[in-house]
Amino acid sequence: MNATVYLDHNATSPLQSLAKQRMVEVMDMEGNPSSVHTVGRQARRVVEEAREQMRQVINGPRNASLVFTSSGTEANTLALMGSNADRILVSAGEHASIMGINKALEHVVIDKNGLVDLDRLQTLLADKKGNALVSVMLANNETGAVQDLKTIVKLAHNVGALVHTDAVQALGKIKVDFSDLGVDMMSLSAHKTGGPLGVGALIVDANVKMNPINRGGGQESGLRGGTENIPAIAAFAVAAQHATADIGRMERVKILRDELEQEILKIAPQAQIMAQAVDRLPNTSFVTMPNVTSETQVMAFDLAGVCVSAGSACGSGKTKSSSVLSAMGVADDVAKTAVRVSFGPDSTKADMESFVSVYKDLYQRKAHNLNAA
Amino acid sequence: MTAQTWTQNNPLYLDYQATTPTDPRVVETMTPYWTEKFGNPHSRNHHFGWEAEDAVAIARERVASIIGASSKEVIFTSGATESNNLAIKGIAKFYGDQKNHIITCVTEHKCVLETCRSLQQDGFDVTYLHVKENGLIDLDDLKAAITEKTALVSIMAVNNEIGVIQPLAEIGKICRDNKVFFHTDAAQAVGKIPLDVETMNIDLMSISAHKMYGPMGVGALFVRRRPRVRLVPLIHGGGQERGMRSGTLPTPLVVGFGMACELAEKEMGAEAERLRGFQHRLYEGLRQRIPEIFINGDKENRVPGNLNISFAYVEGEGLMMGIKDLGVSSGSACTSASLEPSYVLRALGVEEELAHTSLRLGLGRFTTEEDIDYAIERISVEVNRLRELSPLWDMAQAGVDLKSIKWAEH
Repeated sequence: MNATVYLDHNATSPLQSLAKQRMVEVMDMEGNPSSVHTVGRQARRVVEEAREQMRQVINGPRNASLVFTSSGTEANTLALMGSNADRILVSAGEHASIMGINKALEHVVIDKNGLVDLDRLQTLLADKKGNALVSVMLANNETGAVQDLKTIVKLAHNVGALVHTDAVQALGKIKVDFSDLGVDMMSLSAHKTGGPLGVGALIVDANVKMNPINRGGGQESGLRGGTENIPAIAAFAVAAQHATADIGRMERVKILRDELEQEILKIAPQAQIMAQAVDRLPNTSFVTMPNVTSETQVMAFDLAGVCVSAGSACGSGKTKSSSVLSAMGVADDVAKTAVRVSFGPDSTKADMESFVSVYKDLYQRKAHNLNAA
Repeated sequence: MTAQTWTQNNPLYLDYQATTPTDPRVVETMTPYWTEKFGNPHSRNHHFGWEAEDAVAIARERVASIIGASSKEVIFTSGATESNNLAIKGIAKFYGDQKNHIITCVTEHKCVLETCRSLQQDGFDVTYLHVKENGLIDLDDLKAAITEKTALVSIMAVNNEIGVIQPLAEIGKICRDNKVFFHTDAAQAVGKIPLDVETMNIDLMSISAHKMYGPMGVGALFVRRRPRVRLVPLIHGGGQERGMRSGTLPTPLVVGFGMACELAEKEMGAEAERLRGFQHRLYEGLRQRIPEIFINGDKENRVPGNLNISFAYVEGEGLMMGIKDLGVSSGSACTSASLEPSYVLRALGVEEELAHTSLRLGLGRFTTEEDIDYAIERISVEVNRLRELSPLWDMAQAGVDLKSIKWAEH
């Protein structure tokens, strides 16, 4: 078996060693943070320190609530289900945890690069009265396209609407600044940023009125009942701090990603790179191999020890083509030939070259077969 | 063996109903899944994903096994609070059109009570059964409360404050006979007492990992397949967990939870016996050295790891201050931050003065006989010291009935 090359960091990224160290340290402590005795208070301190660290990481206002959840999905659900908005507008390229919500959603069309059609958003917002919530992800999990969130916030705030952003994929890859973006709510997840699985967060500005989904012992300012997952929360803060303090390392990743795309276009000039024309996450490339299905590709890559994905992992193995691409207007026969490559902060040039070499072999073999047929 | 010195900053932990330390054997099985086996269990395209998926499947089997369920009936959640919310709201939302009545009990965990209250605001009817002096529900009350509109009965298996075990098999039978779903919050029960969803006719069961030496941040909801129970999910998204609970499964936590179940299933019998001995030693030790103490909750039907005791004539807060080298609670962790007397003890009819003087002593896997003796020594010295200072104790000793005194307002 070949040494494994992992290029699926947008699905999940391994736990950073500093975060792991912190988690093990906290796991050795006893205590429920809601208990009043010393042990409980020590646990409470760990949670509150992590909350403050996270607030600083994303530059959240001091009076904002930062609610720790079990995942980015739960944070998204809380943001949309918990808000009192009369209407919710979401971009057509959102993550399944937004699209699948059990509430009426109005979809705002996206352009061929996956960016929200701002004119359409403005019209929809002006359309009806009532307090609206707009939910647009900061960076897309499949294409990496980064939305012009500041303008979206401006349009929304002009008519008194609130803005939630799913920043799960953005954290640690690009600058994520709650106050600078001006959003009212933001979802985060630890395991996409070198933190542990099983923890996420929703930041809620003080002006937003919220109801909980999970009712319980009044933890997390009443917004999320349940004993806090203390070791994971502590490790999340460490990972997020580390990833954002060292965001410069993504420059190197971007060079790798760009080189990969250049190489692919040399091999297959007809290959398409999704959302290439716009600002993207530095680690993500959603790229096609002409006439070869994503399914065939991921199998071939896996046999060669290269882990990539046909799109979002949440589709749970259903290998249907991406709803994001179809919302971008990408033709189905093109969409079903796309694979997502997502680098991590420690990915190497050799990793990139492995991908390119497998891509080249497969493409040439398939192209040959196609010509022969 | 040398006795450990406990201090305010390194107290003796006797609060196993609030949370339990993660068993080192559990940590060991989790560790590789944080780093070298870190895949997303829903990634179906590569080795890392499959490895994580397999590990989740084994863990699911282990959780199912300890409650006599099939692995297909286990939905992983972030903890028992989420499981309770999902079970109760999920049933209410699915069946609410035809059946809009829920029966629960006044001593349930806060998250069950608050969920029911929020459903009342949405137009559901909720019956809150009272409990007898021993903390158990009266089965005749339950039978009388069921109507043709009843969708769900939610009664906890073991109470988090007083440790009493409700008659699950009897409740299950009544529910099945009346074609009503039976949900039980078993956060304090799994791994402590034998449970079997088949013989007990349980349709939904909430489980927490961190109350049974597993990690925080993970739990499960058992959802029966035959006869089928259907739920409206709380968290939507990628459709994980049979569509009932979306979100990436935290593989390491799930693996740790599975291991915690396997260990508990293997060791439950011997551990219960050991703790039963400690429980007896603790109560007898305290009783011999402190007059006028009372056990709250049934003396027989309780888990061996819990003792809830009221110390008459002693102020609870003062007692807690005096035993800072013991990590104990005066009520459940979720509510003890407020100084109101416990609603559970009040529901038992415990007088307010006694409710204020109660301690919950939680024993568990890492408790030793030395710990028990240390606790007896410290609590008895402190209670007797506080009573020496108490005019109420003086009066009581002199034969004055304290209830006859008219206190001056000031």
